[in-house]
Amino acid sequence: MPTTRTATGKTSGWRFKTWRRTRLEWLGWLALVALTVLCWRVMTAGTIWSFVEDAPRQAADLFGRMLPPRWDYANSLWRPLWDTINMATLGTAIAIVVATSLAFLAARNTTPSMLVLRPLALFVIVASRSVNALVWGLLLVAVLGPGVLAGIIAIALRSIGFIGKLLYEAIEEIDEMQVEAIRATGASPAQVITYGIVPQILPAFATISVFRWDINIRESTVLGLVGAGGLGLALETSLNTLAWPQVSVILLMILATVVFSEWLTAKVRKGIL
Amino acid sequence: MIESPLVRWAALLGIASYLALAFATIDVNWTRVSEGVVRAARLFESFISPNFTSRWSDIQQGTIESLTMTVTATVAGVLLAVPIGLGAARNLAPWWVYGICRGVIAASRALQDIIVAIFFVAMFGFGPFAGFLTLTVSTIGFLSKLLADDIEEIDPGQVEAIRATGAGFWQVIDFAVASQVIPRLIGLTAYKVDINFRESSVIGIVGAGGIGATLNTALDRYEFDTAGAILLIIIGIVMACEYGAGAIRKRFA
Repeated sequence: MPTTRTATGKTSGWRFKTWRRTRLEWLGWLALVALTVLCWRVMTAGTIWSFVEDAPRQAADLFGRMLPPRWDYANSLWRPLWDTINMATLGTAIAIVVATSLAFLAARNTTPSMLVLRPLALFVIVASRSVNALVWGLLLVAVLGPGVLAGIIAIALRSIGFIGKLLYEAIEEIDEMQVEAIRATGASPAQVITYGIVPQILPAFATISVFRWDINIRESTVLGLVGAGGLGLALETSLNTLAWPQVSVILLMILATVVFSEWLTAKVRKGIL
Repeated sequence: MIESPLVRWAALLGIASYLALAFATIDVNWTRVSEGVVRAARLFESFISPNFTSRWSDIQQGTIESLTMTVTATVAGVLLAVPIGLGAARNLAPWWVYGICRGVIAASRALQDIIVAIFFVAMFGFGPFAGFLTLTVSTIGFLSKLLADDIEEIDPGQVEAIRATGAGFWQVIDFAVASQVIPRLIGLTAYKVDINFRESSVIGIVGAGGIGATLNTALDRYEFDTAGAILLIIIGIVMACEYGAGAIRKRFA
């Protein structure tokens, strides 16, 4: 229990932290404040403050233009909505197929080779996770041209890392006894996976997939901003033509889609667990 | 998995017909895609030989904008998220404060960051300031919701005990609530720094500054080697953030 002495030499009782610790903590806070101030100065060096002061007026102007929404525009949004749902669903489906095999290669207890395949699979997982779906979208639109296909692949590429990581962690955490027991019956490696490992990771697998589908619905609604089709493309077109009453309809549509997918995944998850 | 064969077959049929319908309605311009294969090869080639030099000043500026945006927005977001999170915890706040704070949280979570960025760019002009505001809003939505949910699940016995000593509201917060939620708050903040950097590399696409803007320009000019360099920088910083966040979370949570 650290105690401190005052100048007169008397002990002044118990303290929660030592002086050293207190001083270090203050220094840490000071460094954080200094860093923030520095970053703020650097970041706002090019900011035109008259634009910022003007913002409330701009905001009022913007919302004035957005209201009332042009409701009949909603009728031409069914096709983009369908595209959006397809991008999310097909992208997730492709990602599930690829990520499952990757996860078995990456998990310490199922990988066929610790030295070559495991690092390779981990690298693919990390690379896929590091790049945002929108950035994948930018790349794929540059490569494949604008359209739903680029969106599907962008969603798939981003989801592979996400599903792969969570799934390989689930595989590493399984109960080895069950695998041992299946192996002891003389089962082949394929049979060990089917009867020893798959039943243990199936709930995790289902939850992860449904969770990712929900995120993908969110992402695919905006993927069109970079040219990958769906509701985002309609948004981009309306923004470029300054058709603000259409923008508000699209935003409401996006919101409704996201809320619906959240509700649906909550239902499904309850059904699984 | 599904017990009744009727339901099972119906589910399979449903999935099959959905897939058929989905594939039938995707229009793909195959000639454009086959051209794309050549481009994909070029893209891949330029990843192996990334060009950091010819647009270095743009890359540098974008990276600095992204990093400064991440830091300032996370700090501002945490400062605002803590009071909102306290207000949104049902076991601490009166019902009207709870309602307002939950409303703020729902509003800041409703739209994707990039859509929020579009609006901030329209209101505040191009540049990292709009990005800073976007990330701040997103940090508030993320942290205050998780903080509030955490506070609602704390052990009420400790609150009771501190209250029984005659402590006031702020003393209860300080000694009974904070001590239970702060480790997780630190972990979540570290995680959010990581997410904010990833997002800062994206919102530049709509004009909110950061390295996303540089990447977008590079791809528009078909300068794949520069784009490759930018992507490598993004991946590098994201990985550094992720390992840093992981280390902090292991230490505190």
